[in-house]
Amino acid sequence: MTTDLDRLLLIRHFERALLDLFAKGELNGTTHTCLGQEIVPVALAPLLGPRDHVFSNHRGHGHYLARFDDPAGLLAEIMGREGAVCDGVGGSQHILREGYLSTGVQGESLPVAAGAALHLRGSGALACAYIGDGTWGEGAVYEALNLAALWSLPLLVVVEHNGIAQTTPTSLAMAGDIGARCAAFGVRHAALPADDVLEIRDRLAPLIASVRDGAPLVVEFAVNRLGPHSKGDDTRSGVADLRDWYREMVGVPGFADADARARDRVESVVRDVKARPPSTWGQDSADPRLLHGAKP
Amino acid sequence: MRVVENLNHALHEVLAADPRAFLLGEDLLDPYGGAFKATRGLSTRFPAQVVTTPISESAITGVGAGLALCGDTAIVEIMFSDFVTLAFDQIVNFAAKSVSMYGSRVPMRLIVRLPTGGGRGYGPTHSQSLQKHFIGVPGLDVYEMSPLHDNRAVFAEMIAAERPCVFFEDKILYTKRMHEVDDLFTWDLTGGLARVHVDTPPDCVIIAPGGVTHRALAAMRRLLLEQEIVCTLLVPSRLHPLDAAPLVAVAREARSVVVAEESTAGGTWGAEVAHALHRELWGVLRNPVALAHSADSIIPTASHLERAVLLTETTIYDTVLESLK
Repeated sequence: MTTDLDRLLLIRHFERALLDLFAKGELNGTTHTCLGQEIVPVALAPLLGPRDHVFSNHRGHGHYLARFDDPAGLLAEIMGREGAVCDGVGGSQHILREGYLSTGVQGESLPVAAGAALHLRGSGALACAYIGDGTWGEGAVYEALNLAALWSLPLLVVVEHNGIAQTTPTSLAMAGDIGARCAAFGVRHAALPADDVLEIRDRLAPLIASVRDGAPLVVEFAVNRLGPHSKGDDTRSGVADLRDWYREMVGVPGFADADARARDRVESVVRDVKARPPSTWGQDSADPRLLHGAKP
Repeated sequence: MRVVENLNHALHEVLAADPRAFLLGEDLLDPYGGAFKATRGLSTRFPAQVVTTPISESAITGVGAGLALCGDTAIVEIMFSDFVTLAFDQIVNFAAKSVSMYGSRVPMRLIVRLPTGGGRGYGPTHSQSLQKHFIGVPGLDVYEMSPLHDNRAVFAEMIAAERPCVFFEDKILYTKRMHEVDDLFTWDLTGGLARVHVDTPPDCVIIAPGGVTHRALAAMRRLLLEQEIVCTLLVPSRLHPLDAAPLVAVAREARSVVVAEESTAGGTWGAEVAHALHRELWGVLRNPVALAHSADSIIPTASHLERAVLLTETTIYDTVLESLK
């Protein structure tokens, strides 16, 4: 049985493996790792059902791996190899699979998630959109929040507030704060620490239940981005001193075994995917997996 | 029947045929029924399917895309096509890309309706023809309303294609009558292409989107009566991707070809059409395909100033004459 710790470690080692592959020149383009932010999607995973729609963003590997136990499909997507989730066309930040969609433009997904929530309204399912603190610079966020409140949409907005947008600290980009912005729309806002999976679930379970009844919610997690924005572009100092759940868990009984298992699994996935032939883009075929069939 | 009534019927048919078809936009609700009355009666008959929205072009287009992603049909009205620039990201980077950027084809039934064009004195930000900005976006179809194409068939086609569409509606057409063509000419419709002609082989072929139909017909009348120049008008319903083959077949027999549109100069749809014809008919055409369009200018408000800038019957008349020299 896969535990929360297994999921956390899978994401951690997956992201590390990506940076390693980049350093060796074995990856094309760029990628945004979620190192340090793993707890959020892992905590949310069991609170979201198969009929819920998840909208992810540019930093979405953890979101994907928390929903689908499919590191090989994701790595193949990022490397453009056979078995890629989207034939290698979308890459790291454009993935679509069974009610899960990521896209690479900041703020763009919120109106789309509102549309999905309108589709789902009354069905008990919800649309969940992951955004960052930097996303709040986009006007589309406010247009969508307004609609969510006006139309009582089952929309859950998860903010991974890591305090930095690429290289710009939030203090240079955001006047006021997210909670006050939500209050202006009459949208509920909850601020949670991201350091305990079970506590997050306890706090969120009743809130998410009410989202399903049409009360939109913004949940803001304080997280640390432990890696660069993209590849090796970190301009910060003191990153090594940021709080890291991984470091804190070293020594906890069972951690070392789980850590080794996850590392071995990722290493095996990397070996497997690297050996695969290039992906093929079957442009005209409609893939039934992509149909968002959750009719209310 | 007036064009706006035909359009209204088409929208009624779409919503009646599918309870999961939605219409979203600003000020759509009865008794107002939309700024140009295209949506009159719809909110009364289909209250659960017609959604009035705040002034949020980006979000309502995104909501439409979200509905389409979930398998619904979404029609979004942008009150003036000028404001579609606010929804450009949702159309170009989300809806059009989602059809193909996830590897396999994702059906998206999203139609963005765009009341368009000048001639009504609305000034620089409410009079533009922005079709050219959507030409050549992979995954996006560009249609234009026409008095010769039944909107019911056009909407059925756009929905069946399962690709995002922008549908430009020249505002001047709303009050014109459907299928009303000068007695001098006969017309027919083959596939999505309307042809207006006389029984003689044409000297000049005019290719124009639906909004230019009446100006082209007026120019054709004068050219025939004053200059004995015979023109055939071709009006495609879908501007992009363009099915060039039937245009090529007609243009091959003519002495000249003019593409007329209301867009301002530069990077026009007409230039794209001309390129397609040049590729097919290089060495056959006697002259380069000529372009008729509005001036390289903002569109002024005062009617005498607006007339001086916009494509008119006279622009087309003069361009045809010049093309035959």
